[in-house]
Amino acid sequence: MTREEIIQPGNLVYRKPELMNDNPMHYCPGCSHGVVHKLIAEVIEEMGVTERTVGISPVGCAVFAYNYLDIDWIEAAHGRAPALACAVKRLHPDQLVFTYQGDGDLACIGTAETIHSLNRGDDIAIIFINNAIYGMTGGQMAPTTLMGMKTSTCPYGRQSDLHGFPLKITEIAAQLEGTCYVTRQAVHTVAAINRTRKAIRRAFQNCLEHRGASLVEVVSTCSSGWKMSPTEANRWMAEHMFPYYPLGDLKDNLTKQNSAAAE
Amino acid sequence: MTENEVVLMKGNEAIAHAAIRCGCDGYFGYPITPQSEILETLALEKPWETTGMVVVQAESELASINMVYGGGATGKRVMTSSSSPGVALMQEGITYMAGAEIPGVIVNVQRGGPGLGTIQPSQGDYFQSTRGGGNGDYNVIVLAPASVQEMADFMDLAFQLAFRYRTPAIILSDGIIGQMMEKVVLPPYKPRRTDEEVARECPWAATGRRGRRNNILTSLSLDPGFMERHNEHLQQKYRVIRETEVRYEELLTDDAEYLIVAFGSAARISQKAIELLRHEGVRVGMLRPITLWPFPTPRIAELARRMKGILCAEINSGQMLDDVRLAVEGACPVALHGRMGGMVPTPEEIAAALREKLIKG
Ligand SMILES: Cc1ncc(C[n+]2csc(CCOP(=O)(O)OP(=O)(O)O)c2C)c(N)n1
Ligand code: SF4
Ligand SMILES: [Mg+2]
Repeated sequence: MTREEIIQPGNLVYRKPELMNDNPMHYCPGCSHGVVHKLIAEVIEEMGVTERTVGISPVGCAVFAYNYLDIDWIEAAHGRAPALACAVKRLHPDQLVFTYQGDGDLACIGTAETIHSLNRGDDIAIIFINNAIYGMTGGQMAPTTLMGMKTSTCPYGRQSDLHGFPLKITEIAAQLEGTCYVTRQAVHTVAAINRTRKAIRRAFQNCLEHRGASLVEVVSTCSSGWKMSPTEANRWMAEHMFPYYPLGDLKDNLTKQNSAAAE
Repeated sequence: MTENEVVLMKGNEAIAHAAIRCGCDGYFGYPITPQSEILETLALEKPWETTGMVVVQAESELASINMVYGGGATGKRVMTSSSSPGVALMQEGITYMAGAEIPGVIVNVQRGGPGLGTIQPSQGDYFQSTRGGGNGDYNVIVLAPASVQEMADFMDLAFQLAFRYRTPAIILSDGIIGQMMEKVVLPPYKPRRTDEEVARECPWAATGRRGRRNNILTSLSLDPGFMERHNEHLQQKYRVIRETEVRYEELLTDDAEYLIVAFGSAARISQKAIELLRHEGVRVGMLRPITLWPFPTPRIAELARRMKGILCAEINSGQMLDDVRLAVEGACPVALHGRMGGMVPTPEEIAAALREKLIKG
């Protein structure tokens, strides 16, 4: 068979979403960012809201998210994405407005903006990539770095007397009255990717239906920062990250409502 | 209030009413003395029920300015207000807005510093406002109202300039003008722009694609060649603003031998000082810069050539003084009378300073 014969619509088993352009991605091999980008593109397409979506990109490895998905984007200052999103959504109530943030961005420098946006119940969706490290700046300690984990600024491992404890900001988010949906997912297997796609869709739906704030944490790998191969990183994540950051829904008001109605 | 009715109100209240009337889409702010009446007035007026204007009490000035960044990036007329320590916190957002070319209005009702300083009035943020204030090479348009009427009038003007040049604009007021009550005629109601109008007038805005190519608003590029061209583009825009948008007012300069240069409330006080000096036979006039950036450099240079001396009257340690000296270029002596820490100069003091530092000396 020639190449041309293989590339036929009938043989299509996998394709990238239209919304993703052909710009070469700067992410390292095995990085979770790329997978989550693709899921976001798929969900926006599925929902048919390409023309009325505004994404807010962070400062972190995903700062250039705007180079890969052909929607309108605003690039925020480090940690401030939820503040931008709050204003965008209030001024454009019909728009799908989401932020995309790393752990340093969301749970360290932007903690106040994150918590207050969630607590105000801003009708926005926050996609939170928790790779337990500062990927972009070369692998420094993050608020979510695990105890004992080595980074360039805790080269002997994170220890509580020097560095405090890994922050479970998603658990805090679930406590806030303003959030309607808080979940923790991963993208290390096909099944996990499918669950994350559903979670993102639910969060985006909440945004369009004005149900309050949604937070989708994706426990992620940073093979470069962790100094591991992509496969090792996935294994390490399952072994070390999942026990401290367990996967699953922490809060889902819609399900609660539905089951209350059924009772 | 009917159209053109003369009402008595504080400068801060006038800002709030003028914002609603000039079609402002959103206000985002955090309380701080001496400007909290702006958010309080908006909360009382509930414009979200009338014009649809959004009002949010943010969690900090950092959040407020980043809300303005976000709202402005979608082409909406959005604003914030604060006083000096809060505006210090906003510098991050302002430099991002300058870099990404996002319009928006920041009202600074200044108080004394440094640090937490005092809640009393000051003009100590002149440098911060006119030099950029945050990181990088940029300027923002700075309007300095000298009355409650100008607080009301400059609101719409600030939005117009901000959108004309896609830049943040600052209304640099102070605790005197914010707190004092004066007669004012509020501007007539102007409807908020519809989403269609915004999309037409701001084709660059992040409104959702709406059938066009996607818009990306960012201040970032890792390509130095691109970044240098972007900076040159900004500098070219600033040159146009300097050539086009200088605003000032002159008082009795025709026959003047001495000139007072003062802005905002210092200009109001200087007006009285000029009355006192003229009464004694001193031929003194005033130039009041209305735009602090762009600064009326050419006009001051022109006047300096026929003056025996120029006095800068400021409520700070002498900040505008630098710009006046740069304009005068040694053509005549330049002196300063400034007070700090929340102390406000009296007309008598200013008159005495002019006599002692320029006439006797
Ligand atoms: C005000 C400010 N402080 C610091 C930085 C430097 N900086 C850029 S990205 C980053 C951390 C990013 O980590 P994270 O949010 O976890 O994203 P990741 O790269 O891991 O996806 C830091 C500290 C900055 N750009 N701005
Ligand atoms: S440094 Fe880490 S987070 Fe950044 S692209 Fe590489 S793997 Fe991904
Ligand atoms: Mg990270």
